[in-house]
Parts: sequence; structure tokens; C-alpha cells
Amino acid sequence: MTSTPPGAPADGAGPAIEFAGVEKTYHARGETVAAVRGLDLEIARGEFFSLLGPSGCGKTTTLRLAGGFEEPTAGEVFLDGASVTGVPASRRDVNTVFQSYALFPHMNVFDNVAFGLRRRGVPKGEVKARVGGMLDLVDLAGRERRRPAELSGGQQQRVALARALVNRPRALLLDEPLAALDLKLRQAMQVELKRIQREVGITFVYVTHDQGEALSMSDRVAVMDEGRVEQLGTPREVYERPATRFVAGFIGTSNLLGGEIAEAGPGTAVISYGPDGRIEVPVGGAAEGGKLELTVRPEKIGIGRDRPADGLCRIRGTVTEVVYLGTSTNYTVATAAGKDVVVFSQNVTSGEDVAARGDVVWLSWDPRHSYALGEPR
Amino acid sequence: MTPRPREAVSGLRVYTLLLIAWLLLPVAVMIAFGFNDAHGKQNFRWEGFTLRWYAHLLDKGDLTTAVLNSLTIALLSTLVSTVIGTLAGIALGRHRFRGGGAANLVLLMAISCPEIVMGASLLSMFVTFGVPRGYPTVLAAHVMFSIAFVAVTVRARVARLDPAVEEAARDLGAGPWTRFRLVTLPMIRPGVVAGALLAFTLSVDDFVITGFTGGATVTFPLWIYGSTRTGTPPQVNVMGTLIFASGALIAVVVARRTAAAAGPQARDR
Repeated sequence: MTSTPPGAPADGAGPAIEFAGVEKTYHARGETVAAVRGLDLEIARGEFFSLLGPSGCGKTTTLRLAGGFEEPTAGEVFLDGASVTGVPASRRDVNTVFQSYALFPHMNVFDNVAFGLRRRGVPKGEVKARVGGMLDLVDLAGRERRRPAELSGGQQQRVALARALVNRPRALLLDEPLAALDLKLRQAMQVELKRIQREVGITFVYVTHDQGEALSMSDRVAVMDEGRVEQLGTPREVYERPATRFVAGFIGTSNLLGGEIAEAGPGTAVISYGPDGRIEVPVGGAAEGGKLELTVRPEKIGIGRDRPADGLCRIRGTVTEVVYLGTSTNYTVATAAGKDVVVFSQNVTSGEDVAARGDVVWLSWDPRHSYALGEPR
Repeated sequence: MTPRPREAVSGLRVYTLLLIAWLLLPVAVMIAFGFNDAHGKQNFRWEGFTLRWYAHLLDKGDLTTAVLNSLTIALLSTLVSTVIGTLAGIALGRHRFRGGGAANLVLLMAISCPEIVMGASLLSMFVTFGVPRGYPTVLAAHVMFSIAFVAVTVRARVARLDPAVEEAARDLGAGPWTRFRLVTLPMIRPGVVAGALLAFTLSVDDFVITGFTGGATVTFPLWIYGSTRTGTPPQVNVMGTLIFASGALIAVVVARRTAAAAGPQARDR
């Protein structure tokens, strides 16, 4: 080791964590499986960053590469600008909150939380003060002498959080920390986690397969699939402007539409479906006769019986399903552009639904809400 | 729990008491005849109460030697086999490695192999290699068969551990030795203790394998077997009583400590 501790700031600014061309492959039964491919990612200081994706997408491997539980097959990981290649987990200045909490079952809450500080030889008095402060932060004061088995799931979760945060790591890595909790507790903990992150100001890297969690808590989200980052952006960006078919399908409900380009202009393309349908998509490089796929979020689509105004995208279809959900009603409409177009309609007025099963309706939306998926062909 | 009819409860109680009596009857006879005021070479007929045999416990020098041999061999073989068996159990419970399957098979074989076969093959091996039989060969044989029992109990415990707990220790700055000492060992301790008790018990009353590998070294079971031809002295009953009592004591202490460790169950907030 050099005299600089691993993960110590090499300069003042840079990202907290950086992945540069990171690859991770496993060999299993003679086969080579790529868990992470060509990952380039910068996570800023103090950021709440989520890695979102389905199981097997490489998000947990990415987290473990930062934590030091895996070494990259190629590429490098930097913590605060310093390469951590070959630095073991025990000497990296990041801490992990495990999905199973992984508390030490034979130690009480205090000893669990104090574990990291004691390993680093922090003086007794300071250990006591810092553990006490941390238990206050996670609302567990007075439970120092309890064993993990005597705590509820939510309390265990908070012990795991305190145990990691008390070390004041440069980044906190959280591996699906709320997955084992029931819905109500999970929602409460989401708010709690966000509050704690704001208070301590530490970079959080949060792995989840739950898009709601990722969208509600994160400053930025990386949507991953098959070892690659499909899209990187703020929650609003990845939700409203999904870059790929995968992102559109994985985050929220989205409508995949497509057809032949009838008119192409600079920065725009129009798909038409006879006299009853006209979809305008803001996209560059379109050519007449080419094919184009696009997506529209269900809540952006209006549903009605009258022909929409000329400037709007519009298409006619037949209602195949109506689901009343209290605050909104979901309609499924069969159209020429896509088989099952889903529409979320806020129930602004009380009384009758706008349409019933079997009705022929007009769907309409502002062209700004049409997002082209990939390049036009 | 659902309430059960009174008859069923008392029937169950009678059955349980009968079972315990059946199991303890031979032990009770052994303990009782340690207090028998026997005068001949035989100790089969009740002739009155005495504490004479407790006072003259160590009068039979070769019996005392045999008991000491048994106890020291049991202690040493427990110590050695617990260390080796624990390490093997951790390796087999945690990792997949070349030869792991073979190691598991060998452990199973060591447990299931009839003692007479193991004893005879040990003897022929020692003879073939010209190893003189005696205290060291008995010790080696006991260590050998005890390892399997320790390894199997520890392996079962390790297999149930969450690997993330050790990763958490690593994450919090603990090196390999600290991890083992502060995290892994305390978590597998019940398995290690159970394995050690099993090893001690198996060693202290082993007859067959000791008989084959002991040469001139005599242990407590071998001495008793030899004495049956001429008459077993009451000191044997006393020794047996003391060994039984200490065994029972250890079992009670372990059971209570295990119960205390598992006692406070998870409760809701």
C-alpha cells in the first residue's frame, strides 16, 4: 500500500465512485457468463444513486465490485479518484447494508454497531458516543442490549444501517435493503432512508428491482439489463423519456406503438393510420417509408368520444377493458398502432366512466409525449 | 396448544415414566451395587449398604491406570479431533472444491463403518507398517473416528449460516483471523460443542477399536471386560457411577446454556 489510504480523496472534486470499462465474467460449468459488461459510470458525492433492474441484470455484482467482494475481470473501480484494484473489502472506505441484514446474531445491538469502529481502534469513549449518536439517528436508542433476534424486521434493518453508517464511509452501498419488509414498513423506511441520507450527506448507492423505490428516492437512476446500463438519468428522465424498449417496458407501464413513417420532416416523423390515426414523433433522421417504434406513458393519453384537436396525436380504438381504481380508471384500448394501449384516466369528475367496454373512442396526446425508441429504420 | 383429555395426558405420563425407568434401570443397578457390602469375588447379590468402595476407590492400581488411560485418551482425542473436525466441517459446509465430495464420502464411511471392521483393518495396518501397538495407536485411532463425527455436526451448522454475515465482518474491517474469532466461531459454537461431547463419549467407552489397537495398553472398558472372568470388583461400579454422574452434569449444563442462548425469541415490537 502507498501512504494514501484506499479511497482517500486524490483531489477535491471528482466522483465518489467511478467505474471505468468494468467487466465481470464468471466461469460456471465450462460456460462463461458475463455479469457486467463495459460499465462506465460516475457516481457523484452526496448523491442518492440507484441501480435498477430485474434480477440477473448485474446490479448486485456492480455493488459488490465497489464493496470489494468481487474483483473486476477487466477495467478499474475508483473510490474518490483512487483505484481500488486489489484492495480488500476490509480496507475499503465504503460500507454495505446487506439484503439479509447480516447482523451478528451473537452480539447485542451496541456491539453490532460498534464492530467497525473497534476494528479500527477507535477509543472506547468515542465508540460509545458515536454508536449512541447513530442509534439516535435510526431511532433505536434504549435498545443497545437487545440481540438481533429480539428485534422486528424493521428494527434489524435500522441496526444494519447504523452499523454501516457509524463508520462514516465515503459511500454507503445498499443491496435491496427493504426487500424483506412488508409494504407499509417498506414505504416508511423509504422516507426514513431519504431523511438519513440528507442528514449524514453520504453518497448512497442503492440496488433495487423496485422501480417505485428507485424513482421516489434517487437523485439519479441507472437502469440495467444484461450487465449493461440501458439508461442513466434522473427519475423523471428515465420515466418520461425512456431511451430503450427495455427501459420503457421495465419502468412503469408504457405503451409500445409502431408503424410506417408517412411524413418525415426535420426533427419529426408522422405515422398515420388512415383517416383515424395520426401519431407525430419528435425524432431526427426519419425517412418516409421507414419503420418507427415509439412509446407513450398511459397517464399522458386522453380518452374521449369527440375527435381531438388537430395538433394532437390521435388514434381511434375499441375499449376492451375498464378497471375502476378509485383515484383513476384504467382503460385498455385496441388500436391499429398497438394492440393494447393502456390509458390511465384521473377521475376528475364523479359519475359515469368516460367509456364502457366495446365503445369506440378517440385517444389523444401531445406530440411531446411520443418518444421514439431507437433510430428510425 | 389445544387442551387434551385428562386420560390421554396421564397415559402419556405413564408411558414416559416407563420409558425413562427402562432406560435407567441398568444404570440404577450399577450405582446401587457400588454401595453393596460384598465379601466374595462376585458382586451380584445384595449384602448390605457400605461406603467402603468409595473409600478404597483407588486400591486396584491397574484399574486406576485403566480409568486414567481412558480419560486422558478421551480428552486428548477430543481436543485434537475437535480442532481438525471443526476446520474440515467449515471447509465442507462453506466451499465447493475438488475432492470435497470424496471427503464427504469418507466421513460418511468412517461413521457407518462397523467398528469391528475398522478395528481389524487398523490392526493389520499397524502390523504391516511395523507400528508398535500401545497408547499412541489408541489415541490415533480415536482421533480418526472422532473427526468424522465432529466434522459432520459442524458442517451441518455451517451450511445454515448466512455467508453475508462474514462478508459484513469483512466489510467492517475485520481480517481473516478476527472474522473467525469474533464472528464465525461464536456462530458455530453449538455445533463444535456438540461434536466435542460426541467425540468424548465415543472415545471414553470405546471397546472394539481400542481392543484391536491397544497392545498392552488397557482402558477402562477393556479392564472391565478382562475382570468379568475373575469377578468384577465394586470399584468398577463406583468408577462407572462417577463417569455417569459427570456425563449427566455436563449434559445438563450444556442443555441449559443452549436453552439460555436460544431463549429470548424474536418478538414483535
